[in-house]
Amino acid sequence: MTPRKNYEIPQDCRYSRTDEWIRSEGESVRLGLTDYAQSELSDVVYVDLPAVGSALTAGESFGVVESVKAVSDLIAPVAGEVREVNQELEEHPEWINEDPYGRGWILCLAPAAGPEETDLLSPDAYRKFVEERSGS
Amino acid sequence: MTGVRKTPLWERHLEAGARLVEFAGFDMPVLYTSILAEHRAVRSAAGIFDVSHMGEIRLRGPGAFSVAQRLFTRDLGKLSESRVLYGLLCRADGGIIDDVTLARTGPDDLLFCVNAANAESDLAWIRSVWNDCGRPCELLDESATTALLAVQGPGARAIVDPLLANPAAAPRRWRCAQAELERMPVLLSRTGYTGEDGYEIYLSADHAVEVWDLLLAAGGGRLTPAGLGARDTLRTEMAFPLYGHELSLERNPLEAGLERFVDFGVGFIGEEALCKVRASGPSERLVGLMLESRQVARTGYALAAKEPAGEVTSGTFGPSVQRSIAIGYVQDRFSKPGTRLSVRIREKSVGCTVVPTPFFDRTRTPAGSAKGTADAKGSEAP
Repeated sequence: MTPRKNYEIPQDCRYSRTDEWIRSEGESVRLGLTDYAQSELSDVVYVDLPAVGSALTAGESFGVVESVKAVSDLIAPVAGEVREVNQELEEHPEWINEDPYGRGWILCLAPAAGPEETDLLSPDAYRKFVEERSGS
Repeated sequence: MTGVRKTPLWERHLEAGARLVEFAGFDMPVLYTSILAEHRAVRSAAGIFDVSHMGEIRLRGPGAFSVAQRLFTRDLGKLSESRVLYGLLCRADGGIIDDVTLARTGPDDLLFCVNAANAESDLAWIRSVWNDCGRPCELLDESATTALLAVQGPGARAIVDPLLANPAAAPRRWRCAQAELERMPVLLSRTGYTGEDGYEIYLSADHAVEVWDLLLAAGGGRLTPAGLGARDTLRTEMAFPLYGHELSLERNPLEAGLERFVDFGVGFIGEEALCKVRASGPSERLVGLMLESRQVARTGYALAAKEPAGEVTSGTFGPSVQRSIAIGYVQDRFSKPGTRLSVRIREKSVGCTVVPTPFFDRTRTPAGSAKGTADAKGSEAP
């Protein structure tokens, strides 16, 4: 059972090496933390969210998530403008643990025009990346 | 250091899927499933902690009391048979060597339970004082051969007591008793570090796995294995100090708010220094802080009024109080409950207020006003 290996990695998402997922939804992109990330953090108690309208730069921190144990930066996998943030997380930060790809989503953004991001991982590549780190 | 040590229950933790971290030189479970879930289980039902990393040092024989009284800040005249007292070991300058419990397990038989991180240095200190006293008793380090399980929570006694050969002999609060769990001899101490009722069970390391399994089987779904993560959130809600955070050689018991565990006039080492501190008043005091946001004020974060005021020593989100809480040292003039301060979290100031402790009070008596809180609080060793 230890270390846990059966992390949920949905096929309809792409993944960053800092353990965020993004999912294309028409014109916008939804973003959250992966199952592996929430499991490593465990017990999320606070999420610092950016303001709607703020601009995210790919590869840069746009907020933090705090668990009982640790603080972790949230890194933007793609550039864009924040369209919507999951306000429910203020009251229910534990949703990131309970349902990281569902009601634990963090924000939606309108991706910036320009060349497509290059450094995102497919589900299979992300699974390998997780296993490299969690295998001991 | 030859490597990380393991408690007798290490394989049980691994099998249970625990996340293990090094703590005080031991590979210890920080959580099994979730710190918050384990915390809530202890507050609402019962949890079982493996705290076998802690040290046990025994003084035995006619001179045991005279040695222990040099070492320990409490009046051993209060230590009637089967009583357990919480107190400090101090240097001559009043600096805290460790916070410990002392159990009287026989007429001339005294057992210190000490923090794992300090076990070696405590033993060296106790040995030097024992030498200075002329070695009037036996000094035994039982740490390696002793396991320690804490069963804590409102449901703890209902799980443990029926397993006792003689349930009527179960000890009252701050008492201990020799007992048998399915014919395995244990020392049952009605103490803990969670703010809940329950037991700390000392036993031979050889029986640790059997007793762990026995308790979990008896508890069924009502007893949850809990890790050091929940132990920390539970003790922080009670504002119980943790050595290395609130307590150190550079801190004395008075600034740490532990006056009631210092009995003056009994001749312990450090008493004169502490008398002077008492006369002048400590320049800094340990206080409880309630934050305005859910952000966590972690160890070392700066506290300020308009000027620097102090530093956080422990902080967490309190699962049972549903607020971000912290403990820290502040200059005396900022230590009154109600004082508004701010804590620096990632380049931003977050408001916080000095509040009476404990943060979590099961009895809901106002902290500081009820006599009961003095005994329920702090009187417990990690």
